[in-house]
Amino acid sequence: MSSLHQLPHRQRRSVVTGIGVIAPNGVSTEAFWKATREGMSVLDLVTREGCENLPLKVAGEVRDFDPAVLIEERYLVQTDRFTHFAMAAANLALDDARLGRADYNDSPFAVGVVTAAGSGGGEFGQRELQHLWGQGSKHVGPYQSIAWFYAASTGQISIRGGFKGPCGVVASDEAGGLDALAHAAHTIQRGTDAIVVGAAEAPLAPYSVVCQLGYDDLSKVADPDRAYRPFTDAACGFVPAEGGAMLVVEEETSALDRGAPVRAVVAGHAATFTGAARWCESREGLVHAITGALEDARCAPEEIDVVFADAFGVPAADRAEALAIADALGRHAEVVPVTAPKTGTGRAYCGAPVLDAAAAVLAMEHGVVPPTPNVFEVSYDLDLVTGSARPAELRTALVLSRGLMGSNAALVLRKSSAESLS
Amino acid sequence: MTRRVAVTGVGIVAPGGVGVPAFWDLLSAGRTATRGITLFNPEGFRSRIAAECDFDPAGHGLTADQVAAQDRYIQFAMVAAEEAVRNAGLDTGAENRWRMGVSLGTAVGGTTRLEHDYVDVSHVGQLWDVDHRPAGRHLQRAFSPSSLASAVAEQVGARGPVQTVSTGCTSGLDAIGYAFHSIEEGRLDVCIAGASDSPISPITVACFDAIKATSANNDDPAHASRPFDAHRDGFVMGEGGAVLVLEELEHARARGATVHCEIRGYATFGNAYHMTGLTQEGLEMAEAINRALAHAKVDSSQIDYVNAHGSGTQQNDRHETAAVKKSLGEHAYHVPMSSIKSMVGHSLGAIGAIEIVACVLALAHQVVPPTANYETPDPECDLDYVPKTARELPLRSVLSVGSGFGGFQSAVVLTRQGGRAR
Repeated sequence: MSSLHQLPHRQRRSVVTGIGVIAPNGVSTEAFWKATREGMSVLDLVTREGCENLPLKVAGEVRDFDPAVLIEERYLVQTDRFTHFAMAAANLALDDARLGRADYNDSPFAVGVVTAAGSGGGEFGQRELQHLWGQGSKHVGPYQSIAWFYAASTGQISIRGGFKGPCGVVASDEAGGLDALAHAAHTIQRGTDAIVVGAAEAPLAPYSVVCQLGYDDLSKVADPDRAYRPFTDAACGFVPAEGGAMLVVEEETSALDRGAPVRAVVAGHAATFTGAARWCESREGLVHAITGALEDARCAPEEIDVVFADAFGVPAADRAEALAIADALGRHAEVVPVTAPKTGTGRAYCGAPVLDAAAAVLAMEHGVVPPTPNVFEVSYDLDLVTGSARPAELRTALVLSRGLMGSNAALVLRKSSAESLS
Repeated sequence: MTRRVAVTGVGIVAPGGVGVPAFWDLLSAGRTATRGITLFNPEGFRSRIAAECDFDPAGHGLTADQVAAQDRYIQFAMVAAEEAVRNAGLDTGAENRWRMGVSLGTAVGGTTRLEHDYVDVSHVGQLWDVDHRPAGRHLQRAFSPSSLASAVAEQVGARGPVQTVSTGCTSGLDAIGYAFHSIEEGRLDVCIAGASDSPISPITVACFDAIKATSANNDDPAHASRPFDAHRDGFVMGEGGAVLVLEELEHARARGATVHCEIRGYATFGNAYHMTGLTQEGLEMAEAINRALAHAKVDSSQIDYVNAHGSGTQQNDRHETAAVKKSLGEHAYHVPMSSIKSMVGHSLGAIGAIEIVACVLALAHQVVPPTANYETPDPECDLDYVPKTARELPLRSVLSVGSGFGGFQSAVVLTRQGGRAR
């Protein structure tokens, strides 16, 4: 890998060459895609230790995850569950991209790491708070300073892989997951060859759950099939989840030079802000984000073959999103399939839109739109794919995300062979 | 590349005084603001000293509701942002709000409030399965670091990309760096950028106690922060917030704004070495300095002042001295290099932004702030650290560097207006 390809800015296209998923519905990319395609819902009662008596009843937990299989012991002891997920996902993504040390040994500054983080190492932090307040300050361990903070996953992935390139962390709203992908693409435009990028979260430690109870829109419904049903009259809030995805995003010629599998192009992104929980205003914010992302991708609205919706799950937010898609895509909104597979897993905060981006790449590769589990009677004027997956030729996907603190973002992904019509 | 990035406004809440005049007064006089901790009872802790802000939020215009809802670190940012916008003479209502963004850094975000409420819900560290009922009603804002950027975006009416950046102790430099890229590359015209942290709480003090990173010079707090001195024994924790108005240069000129200086270059790399340890040679920091200089089109020999990370730990100051020698060569011995952490302590994620404000003021006043408390030279730190007394000097180009847990190494280059065009 050479460290700087001398191409003009715009020609340094970012492509996805690897995908690694640790999600409630699968602890590998293959398992995730199979469950996503089948529309399986894994929402279930919260079983994380200490959460039994809290008012949050349903969540998307990552189960059957053995971190020791994917991560060395020395990293395990000094990191929280959210970093276990991120490191495991990064390992899977790097294997998938067939990117190893031999590729960048001579140019370690050419590969960087970017993660988004919405809550940090809550379980580790709660344990050390308990040591401090229950036993005294001398009982706080040496790893608290590096396990709890938001930058832990980026730092550990960088160390484990030997990646000395630009390393960043957007500690963000859910939409920060898409912002991280954009950050990676911008960094590649400036001359970096590859970025390991994404987000994974572990917000189900008991104290973390208590913190989330303050969100008015958190679903406290106890029936897993009914707790998270966006775009329906029964919408009653969102269900939180663990997990996320890491991707390897590379400069295109650099990927082609080393014979890497080019999975998709990161074609365009834009982000806006319209205020925390002001869902009506998020309509205008999403329209600006979608329009901006389409312009950035030099993509016409008619080229969008599938929309991965934010699907927040309260009526005001769902209405705003449905209207925003109609505003931004015009008449094409009447025919474009829309999906929200996260209704089967819950919302893994910053990890959620990265999982959607991963699903979008897989959907384009397999030529099917995965369905929206648990959603049946759609109340808005959207062609929401429900029930079972729908075969379709997909060349361009639009991924939407909004955050609880007011961010909106849109990302355009294209099949690597897709050429712009406009 | 024709878009240039101007600094048109600065605002600050720092130990020793709120507001730019008080801050500059402290720095130019070489006074220290470190003292025994008063924000909580530090009995039993190894390090019992800090640089605290004497901060009265109501006196700075925050309403009772704002004070109740926002953590101390967000209050710092709001007060600093208000001063910066006023200093810039920016009529935010007249701006295209979709082209105005926010980029703010924090290392530990709402830790102080998270800890405060934790004590209640855990019955003082007795329960793992915490009791949610005593939780404060704004706890979710402390849980979500994006509440920092969100609060300031609401305050100034920004509708463009709004992000919180969290790369440990380089968060401030990186948040400003991301803003710089966003304006230079055309995504934004105006960005409210900076950082804030209020980490002086038992859990943060305990976690640095555990790794002996902080000074235990409890008997002489005013002289405890001794960067580059042979007898330095760790950093002194600080708190504070600093915000800048960054603006595309022609945009600033068109509205007749006073341009304080320009941000000309920024780069960041990971050391991929250790979460808290630093290499002997400082290669990665040197690389960040070299790339920032190259981006700025400023030769290393043209740097007139280096604003050091200078935390006052044995390894940091050696590492940084080596990195500056490696990147600036022989010129390193002729350029003044100082650490304001000797006076205002190390406010983790905030300090990078506080240091950038110090650089802006140094350029404006043509004065290099000193390294207070510097008495005994260390043979391994053999540069000109500007001991104790500020120095008047013609300054055109200055460099600010930072280093953080997670391996982050960042550098920013600023030039006085009227510097050579690109």
